Amino acid sequence: MAKTITHAEAAEAFLKDADRTQWHDETLWHVRTKRDTAAQKLPEWEQLRENASKVKEYVLSHLDELLVTFEKNAKANGIEVLWAKDAAEHNQHVYEILQKHSVQNIVKSKSILTEECGLNHFLEDKGFDVVDTDLGERIIQFNKQVPSHIVMPAIHLKKKEIGDIFHTHLGTQQGADDPNYLTEAARNHLREKFINANAAITGVNFGIVESGGFVVCTNEGNADMGTHLADVHIACMGIEKLIPRKADLGVYLRLLARSATGQSITNYSSHFHRPRSGKKMYLILVDNGRTEQLGREHFRNSLKCIRCGACMNTCPIYRRSSGFSYNATVPGPIGSILSPGMDLKKHSTLPFASTLCGSCSDVCPVKINIHEQLYQWRQVVTEAGHDSAAKKWAMKIGGKVMGSPSLYDFLGKSARSALKLTPKKLVYSRVNTWGKSRDLPEPPKESFKEWYRKNRKP
Amino acid sequence: MSSKNEMLDKIAKNKPPKNTLPELLSFGSGERKEWLEQFSASSALNGGTTIVVKSWEEIESYLKSKFDLDKQTVSLSPDLNGNLDIASILDPHDLEKVELAILEGTYGVAENAAIWMPEEKLAHRALPFIAQHLVVVLESKNLLPDMHEAYRKIDVAASDYGVFIAGPSKTADIEQSLVIGAHGPRSMTVFILDL
Ligand code: SF4
Repeated sequence: MAKTITHAEAAEAFLKDADRTQWHDETLWHVRTKRDTAAQKLPEWEQLRENASKVKEYVLSHLDELLVTFEKNAKANGIEVLWAKDAAEHNQHVYEILQKHSVQNIVKSKSILTEECGLNHFLEDKGFDVVDTDLGERIIQFNKQVPSHIVMPAIHLKKKEIGDIFHTHLGTQQGADDPNYLTEAARNHLREKFINANAAITGVNFGIVESGGFVVCTNEGNADMGTHLADVHIACMGIEKLIPRKADLGVYLRLLARSATGQSITNYSSHFHRPRSGKKMYLILVDNGRTEQLGREHFRNSLKCIRCGACMNTCPIYRRSSGFSYNATVPGPIGSILSPGMDLKKHSTLPFASTLCGSCSDVCPVKINIHEQLYQWRQVVTEAGHDSAAKKWAMKIGGKVMGSPSLYDFLGKSARSALKLTPKKLVYSRVNTWGKSRDLPEPPKESFKEWYRKNRKP
Repeated sequence: MSSKNEMLDKIAKNKPPKNTLPELLSFGSGERKEWLEQFSASSALNGGTTIVVKSWEEIESYLKSKFDLDKQTVSLSPDLNGNLDIASILDPHDLEKVELAILEGTYGVAENAAIWMPEEKLAHRALPFIAQHLVVVLESKNLLPDMHEAYRKIDVAASDYGVFIAGPSKTADIEQSLVIGAHGPRSMTVFILDL
């Protein structure tokens, strides 16, 4: 049997390159601060989060009825709806649709779900040409990697490396690494792919129950370039992506881009309700472990996630260890509470890849109690007896720090102060994995300040 | 049992106790004058340009000065001229060489500069994406403060397809450097007609 790779082991390779680790850390922190600025501009921010959270809770507690209504309305719109209980069935559906329409060339826009289902490899093995069209995804597709971040898939690569990748695959000048030049090369290359595609596969950000349509958000416009030119559009959607009313989009679109990158909205928010005349639109509703997660009382809230990536950008461990170290489709804090539900043994160390500082929960636009769930997964891992690797990891990071009761204090404040007061000796002692190349994850000052400001008020 | 029934059964068994659906939120307030300023500022942050004009002639002379109008230009505005008859285009692939698309917007949202573009205003869904440059004309009386007001005003399901366009096609996937013109328009200019 293959040895389970711990998060700490996987992170080690990344940590070896100190410059890259620091760059990665700083870049994501910068994105996090842009998010803060955007959020602070809206006095109603907390009301939006509360509403977004409540609407999703309503969705989860009515999910069966809502899916039935959604399907009925979508079908009335001329969209063909398919159900898939797992990744294999999802992939099979896609395959059959492609065969039925004699599709050879496929363009894809970003879909974390198809990544989760391993769709690209499945189709490539069957001889299809599958082209990821999101620039970041195309880069890593050339480089035979998977995304290291759900919003910024190629954030682990430096422009010099991307220049080399493009030199090999697109014939750009050797050593050229100007982002404008490289993007132009990709643009020309992908235009041709768009023009020649017979089918476009997209993800779905929101499925609207009352109107039977769905929304896809991009900045590049690649989902639209694909779907409006190809004869067949296949949209792949996790069943938790529903929202009841059209007007709920007002809340989610205001939160999504601000949380993700600090933009007020993505440049394109496309609403699909009916196919172009004479063309085909398919919607695949995918379970793949979601109905099971729904049954886990302490963890079902993770299904509220709108995949903004904010919890990754703010996480001191993610920023320093990169997405690959999680060895899962969705990395970072949210990935660490989703993945153990898919395969507890394989992902048993992930709930320990956290300082439990609570910054993830603070920034989450749908108010998922991420750090509490991480703590609860630790109990589950221990009970299931998969905890030896995980415990070793906790020992490595410094038994005293992770074992400190104050770290498990969910008020957040004491955990953060505990981290702040960690003596240098412990930080740089050899038992600390992170201290090996860096210092301890700095306590997230900003979010502590936020916390303090809120709680200081009478 | 079909996958659909299997999934629905599992949900029925596993779902939490019923929660209630909260009321829709609403905040919109302020003056139209403020909305105009807010729109321009948001549009600039999204990588676009907003120009407030008093007449169609102003738009025309701006377009002449900024774009090579001898290249393929599609105008869906009766008040501005193009040189490609959109009615002659049956297959959107034939829009590949369009240099400039001039469209009329419906409503614009001040907080984020998003303009609602339903299919009826596009002729082809692909047009605002495949064109090298995009121009949208919007009347100032059709500005709305925020997305809540936008969804109150617009029935997004009334059109087979519709899109909020807030700026040109952009990416930051290479070391987080902003590049305009990822796949679609390399520029977006919004004329706000303040009559
Ligand atoms: S858990 Fe929350 S913060 Fe993290 S990606 Fe999902 S919605 Fe965003």
